[in-house]
Amino acid sequence: MSDLGELYQQVILDHNRNPRNFKRLEAPSRKSEGNNPLCGDRIQLYVQLDGDTISDIGFQMPQGAGCAISKASASLMTDAVKGKTTSNAESLFQAFRDMLAGGANAPGKLAAFSGVRAFPSRIKCANLAWHALHAALQNSGDPVTTESAKDF
Amino acid sequence: MLDTTRIRADFPILARKENGKRLVYLDNAATSQKPRKVIDAIVHYYSEHNANVHRGAYTLAVEATDAYEAARTAVARFVNAWSPEGVIFTRGTTESINLVAGSWGRAFVHGGDHVVVTAMDHHSNIVPWQILCREKGATLRMVEITRDGRIDLIDFGRALEDSPKIVAFPYVSNSLGTVNPAAQLIRLAHAAGALTIVDGAQSSPHVRVDVRALDCDFYALSGHKMLGPMGSGALVAKPELLEIMPPYHGGGEMIERVWDDHSSWNKVPHKFEGGTPNVEAAVGLGAAIAYLEQLGMEKIAEHEQEMVRITIERLSQVDGVTVYGPKDHRAGVVPFTYGDVHPHDLATILDRDGVCIRAGHHCTQPLMRRLGVAATARASFYIYNDVDDIDALVTAVRKAGELFGVLAS
Repeated sequence: MSDLGELYQQVILDHNRNPRNFKRLEAPSRKSEGNNPLCGDRIQLYVQLDGDTISDIGFQMPQGAGCAISKASASLMTDAVKGKTTSNAESLFQAFRDMLAGGANAPGKLAAFSGVRAFPSRIKCANLAWHALHAALQNSGDPVTTESAKDF
Repeated sequence: MLDTTRIRADFPILARKENGKRLVYLDNAATSQKPRKVIDAIVHYYSEHNANVHRGAYTLAVEATDAYEAARTAVARFVNAWSPEGVIFTRGTTESINLVAGSWGRAFVHGGDHVVVTAMDHHSNIVPWQILCREKGATLRMVEITRDGRIDLIDFGRALEDSPKIVAFPYVSNSLGTVNPAAQLIRLAHAAGALTIVDGAQSSPHVRVDVRALDCDFYALSGHKMLGPMGSGALVAKPELLEIMPPYHGGGEMIERVWDDHSSWNKVPHKFEGGTPNVEAAVGLGAAIAYLEQLGMEKIAEHEQEMVRITIERLSQVDGVTVYGPKDHRAGVVPFTYGDVHPHDLATILDRDGVCIRAGHHCTQPLMRRLGVAATARASFYIYNDVDDIDALVTAVRKAGELFGVLAS
């Protein structure tokens, strides 16, 4: 059970059951959508910018449309980037990707996702919210998916 | 019950260990494993008989053609087709249905016509009809299901009042395991003047199928779900319909003569088999049918019913588990959810114990919307599964509950 314990660390189980920033922003500066149609994960992300700073952030997943990994990842991501500058947030995104690709652990609580590396089929779940954040910050407007991407 | 110990020995992959544990393969509704005899048949074909079919004037090509056509005859006998010529080899159920929509549909469905599908159809028996109806300006009508997961016969009757051109439904639902009253649905559809197409992907592996007794017009099957190779499958149809249908794919093999600006068509079934066919797949499917017939389809159905009965009984004893689908008339599929544990997490946890199940929408999004769930976990059974597999499943599910501290939803 040890690698399962690594995957489903207490902090992940906690954020899955009690997701932070699980809310819709009424008039966000940016919003984006992540969709993994094969597995059914869907996320709506709302970002409030104050100049270059992420002053508020929220996400929603339709009922049942997010597994523990994708939901906890979205929750921990929003906690990690709230109050940060957009370039800080992009750096965290890079650190998160590097970790999942086998590199060093991402800072703080994000390191809880290091266990996902041992479960290649679940990397797309951990990534989805981050790609949605990237799309929101780029203001690309296109829904993102991590199911087809070689790039994680 | 089948002699699963003997059967398991015929399947090389079942000797594989998963994380040090016995492989418990419970994703048979997605694809079945392959017995040594099927694998050997493919190797034998390539080692001894490989050549292009229907064109060579040499011994090898004759042998390849004979092997290919013998497989066609085997499929025809297996489902009691009207004739071997009424069996068209395809890549599987999806291509078989697309063939009917793209050939018969394109020729005979017009603007204002109605096409009927059901809310428990697989996407492969919905989307080709959506594409056709969109192209033709025809109306697609989706028949509702009952709360316990059967086709709503009252709504089915209402849909027939629109005099649809064709009615599509699955013999067995891949998401719920429901065995639909196919003969009755076909009788009703015919009385309303409609043709019928039966998605046989989940029935062909599990129950005795007799297309002539059903009296359906088209029957689609996948070989890979019934011990055959990936990319094997067939469309079984009434020959008189195939005669009046235009070709599906243009190319070699399907023509009689080619002039500069037009062509005439080869005889059925070759009219629908443009290009070099997947002979390996057909030969492997023939070997799979021989294996199934040796076991007997009635015995197979009986074995799976018993597996499903025990699984539902055991899973229902786990607090927080919800099993979907009807109480009876169901084949080897058990869809379930477990409290607030997402099915994908459940599948990951089970995988660590070597238990392979499917999690997700199972290519039936309209059905999942009606069930009010985004995803389910699905255990599906076949001839090599036994009570040890069920024990492993239930033990792993309980383990997931401990890890997640299940909240019953």
